Amino acid sequence: MRIPVSWLAEYAALPADLTTEALDAALVECGLEVEEVDDLRGRVTGPLVVGRVAAIEELTEFKKPIRHCQVEVGEAEPRSIICGARNFAEGDLVVVALPGAELPGGFTIGSRKTYGRLSDGMICSARELGVSDDHEGIIVLPAGTVGEDARPLVGLDDVVFELAITPDMGYCFSVRGIAREVAHRLGVAFTDPAAKAAEPKATEHPPYPVRVETDGCTRFTLREVRDVDANAESPEWMAKRLVQAGMRPLGLAVDVTNYLMLELGHPLHAFDRDALQDVLVVRRARPGETLKTLDDVERRLDPEDMVICDATGPLSLAGVMGGLTSEVVPGTRNVLIEAAHWDPTSIARTSRRHKLTSEASKRYERGADAGITLLAAQRAADLLVEYGGGTLVDEVADVDRREPAAPVALPVDLPSRTVGVDYDRATVVAMLEAAGCTVEGGDVLSVTPASWRPDLTDPADLVEEVVRLHGYAHVPSATPRAIAGTGLTPAQRRRRRVARALADNGFTETYTFPFVSRERADELGLDAKDPQREAVAVLNPLDDAAPLLRTTVLASLVNAVRLNLARGAKDLAVFEEGLVFQPAEGWTELETVALPVSKRPADEAIAAAIRRLPVQPRHVAAVLCGQAVPAGVDAPGRAVDWADAVEAAEIAAAAAGVRLEAAQGEAAPWHPGRCAELRVDGAVVGHAGELHPEVCERLGLPRRTAAMELDLTALPLPDLAPAPVVSHFPATLIDVAVVVAESVPAGQVEAALREGAGELLESLRLFDVYRDAKLGEGRKSLAFKLELRAADRTLTNEEGVAVRDAAVAVAAERFGAGLRE
Amino acid sequence: MSTENEAGLLQPEALARAVKDAAAAVEAAANLDELAAAKSAVLGDKSPVSLARRAIGSIPGPERGEAGRNVNAARAEITAVYEAREEILKAAEAARILREETVDVTARTPRRRQGARHPINVQMDRIADLFVAMGYQIGEGPEVELEWFNFDALNIHPDHPARTMMDTFHIADGTGGYGSNMVLRTHTSTVQIHTMLTQEPPIYTVAPGRVYRTDEVDATHSPVFHQTEGLVVDKGITMADLKGTLDHFAKSVFGPDAKTRLRPSYFPFTEPSAEVDVWFAAHKDGARWIEWGGCGMVNPRVLRACGIDPDVYSGFAFGMGVERALMLRHGITDLRDIIDGDVRFPAGLRVEE
Repeated sequence: MRIPVSWLAEYAALPADLTTEALDAALVECGLEVEEVDDLRGRVTGPLVVGRVAAIEELTEFKKPIRHCQVEVGEAEPRSIICGARNFAEGDLVVVALPGAELPGGFTIGSRKTYGRLSDGMICSARELGVSDDHEGIIVLPAGTVGEDARPLVGLDDVVFELAITPDMGYCFSVRGIAREVAHRLGVAFTDPAAKAAEPKATEHPPYPVRVETDGCTRFTLREVRDVDANAESPEWMAKRLVQAGMRPLGLAVDVTNYLMLELGHPLHAFDRDALQDVLVVRRARPGETLKTLDDVERRLDPEDMVICDATGPLSLAGVMGGLTSEVVPGTRNVLIEAAHWDPTSIARTSRRHKLTSEASKRYERGADAGITLLAAQRAADLLVEYGGGTLVDEVADVDRREPAAPVALPVDLPSRTVGVDYDRATVVAMLEAAGCTVEGGDVLSVTPASWRPDLTDPADLVEEVVRLHGYAHVPSATPRAIAGTGLTPAQRRRRRVARALADNGFTETYTFPFVSRERADELGLDAKDPQREAVAVLNPLDDAAPLLRTTVLASLVNAVRLNLARGAKDLAVFEEGLVFQPAEGWTELETVALPVSKRPADEAIAAAIRRLPVQPRHVAAVLCGQAVPAGVDAPGRAVDWADAVEAAEIAAAAAGVRLEAAQGEAAPWHPGRCAELRVDGAVVGHAGELHPEVCERLGLPRRTAAMELDLTALPLPDLAPAPVVSHFPATLIDVAVVVAESVPAGQVEAALREGAGELLESLRLFDVYRDAKLGEGRKSLAFKLELRAADRTLTNEEGVAVRDAAVAVAAERFGAGLRE
Repeated sequence: MSTENEAGLLQPEALARAVKDAAAAVEAAANLDELAAAKSAVLGDKSPVSLARRAIGSIPGPERGEAGRNVNAARAEITAVYEAREEILKAAEAARILREETVDVTARTPRRRQGARHPINVQMDRIADLFVAMGYQIGEGPEVELEWFNFDALNIHPDHPARTMMDTFHIADGTGGYGSNMVLRTHTSTVQIHTMLTQEPPIYTVAPGRVYRTDEVDATHSPVFHQTEGLVVDKGITMADLKGTLDHFAKSVFGPDAKTRLRPSYFPFTEPSAEVDVWFAAHKDGARWIEWGGCGMVNPRVLRACGIDPDVYSGFAFGMGVERALMLRHGITDLRDIIDGDVRFPAGLRVEE
């Protein structure tokens, strides 16, 4: 909402010394957010004066006709000025920018020679002055004194505030509402512009037959003006204000409705009476009906849309936009002014349904003042008569179906209890009255909101009015109380530890948008039946190419890897933890459960409703490529391989307090021979290894890129851990090499040895894998270092050998492992 | 060699000479190898003091005692000289080895990758820590939400203008159309509802988290961003408690000079509602008020939808942007630096943990 200060000042008695900054602050304190302050006084600097065209010499020797004018500007001699416009005559008053003036866009006026003549200034158009977009010709002033400052005459003496209006302050989509607020804030007098007209009484017969058939229309009023010049040019003051408010003057009838909408906040509509046929009917649209609205769009109407019809069908989309057939057109002589009040919800729905937001719908949606509907129509008629020379028809239509406003009960101490400021009764009542409410009652006030405040329905709304109108600045700051908290949950602490552990081990945390393309599943080489292909789709994605929500973190994390590679990075180790989205099984078949808001929904209802939500576990994923250890002065460097990814998973799992079991795995997008399936207590919680070469190829990742992904949510929270027994006796070290078939995984041999060695085994570590013809075809030797230790004694060599043999015995039994001699 | 000659070695003059010669030989040794050679000459089997000891048997019995003492004294003297020299040479040798082992400590390449956490997540952890210290809990909720949690329960009815104010990502239904009744949460206020449905007052919760709106990426907008929600529901909670909590929060994020200012505003789920401005003294363009977030007293309708009696309990709620605070604190002018995934950003911006 753009509002010129001069217009505001007509209804709020602004102090003469009020600065722009002070007004800005007052608006903000009212809850009217100032988006922009447009100081028109600074648009043109330097001399800008009223001139009179004394003589015009037509220059015809140039490509286009040029005028060489003598213009009186209040100096001894007229100025010689060259002008390309032709919409003026000798004797006309014009706006002249003299040398030294600067127009918007940094255009400086100087004295210079052009078209062979001296041009000692410039005759200006509205666009050149930044007043409006009008560049049809130069401005011809209706009146003015030669030589005087021209700014006030073209509206450049004003400051325009652009305000953002919150949905609960619909009444401030008007000069009336803003003036009321500002007047209260500054403690000055407010004059209600609605009082400029007196409300007429409905007559027995309406000026035009009308039938209201829908309860969505709470009030419908008509006034008529005959023999009026509906397209007369609007008076200067009205046109100026419309332009300042950001609207184009289009002709008297339309301008009057727009002007009053801005001033009163009540939309109006002007029909060409002679274009109407038979009775006006206000109803809901019928299936299949269409209407071509003023924006030249043919709209298929919904049975919930409200329309104003005549015998030809719908004429206008009620409360939203008029149609093309019944508008005021050139030659319109008889104008029917319609002012109506509509159900806000219906208007909001129609506006959304047709993706059509108009100045009218914005106001109706937020609740216009049904108390001034007929007053607005009356004022429109008055202005038409005054400036268009018509005759006001005596008949008045007023179909009034308003319900009396229901009073709201407000305990008088509720504002104090809610806000923490001790408002006395008088203050509470005064603030509510300032908001336009009628206040009665004792300890519990009975508060009837004004007709322009349909937003005030709850006691809490009234509390806000008290604190707002009294001033938010008065709210004190209380020291926060500390309460008996329990800190982060184990899962929350774990999430932090995992992230820190990865960061401390050389991984850089990043996050990616969870939106992925449909092709990503193919790029990742997912099997046609892979459940990771089952994804939730966004209905209105920003990027149509990426409409799905990720089912793995890797699916989007690779985007960050690609970005860094594109920016020249070569060695990368990145990780991300975040949610993934897996559609709930059969969710599309489940019914949508409607939950109430008037009371707490039943637990079963909530549970049933939530069943349709996607499962959203938290995953952590990491990607590595390039050098794991860069080549340096003392080492050749080492390229990333599958084991780095497995280690990343182990770092994360260790931070989460669980031990991973790794087994040979086969899952997309990993290399089928270099993928570890990771389990905790037998349950698969993730995978790690080298990415499939084709996946790297398709995603533009370097060969041998490694990655891991773990389902953090699936990791069990560790139980209370028993303390370790720290033995003070020396350890016995034994190496053992066992020979097994090539196909036996080292991890399983290790597990067998651990199991066989039993309690005395302190640690076990694979240190060599050896293949030799002497071992036999398809066999390998695995060498382990065993560290044995007892809690209560030094082990003898015999005991050590016995443990070793017991360990090998289990491996031998399971895998036919033999001790390598 | 005659016995006479051997006995002559026992003469005090001879012993004195032997000591003198030995000292000269030991001192002449330039290194430990030469010292070893000298040792064998002056203390070895063939050395004068060793020969002198053997000669003791050849002199008369009564003289042997004194001769023995003289020989021992001479040998002790030589040994002392030798040991002194050995110590010097050993120290010199050790020093030489250390000198030879000297490296250029600046000729080094790092052996480990440097990692880093993302500043946004660190920032959210710090906020959580502040409130945990005040006794709050950290609340959580899903990112794909039922519309009821994102809108209805927060007093944003289907036809409420606020539903158009927020630019919402809707989830497609089974046929790819509208009507799934699910959205990507547009604010962390959804966590208010989850918290109130599962906990009895008193409730003191903050919920830092990720939210989504259909804003194209530019220097100040992102479709994916982060908020910190706060919710308190208890007996006798007032707007003054809200103001005090925000002041405390602001000091933690923006420094000890920070203070807050409330401006009337509108959110369907709070009444009264306010925008919060914070006085940020360290702003790169000079101290000023900056917009920080929204807040208000929990609308009794929201309490009722969650089964909390508004006649008994009152509460406040707030929601603050995480990115905005990070940008202000660190003078970041382009949001894209935070969100585009370039590893140089987390690596380069160390936010204390």
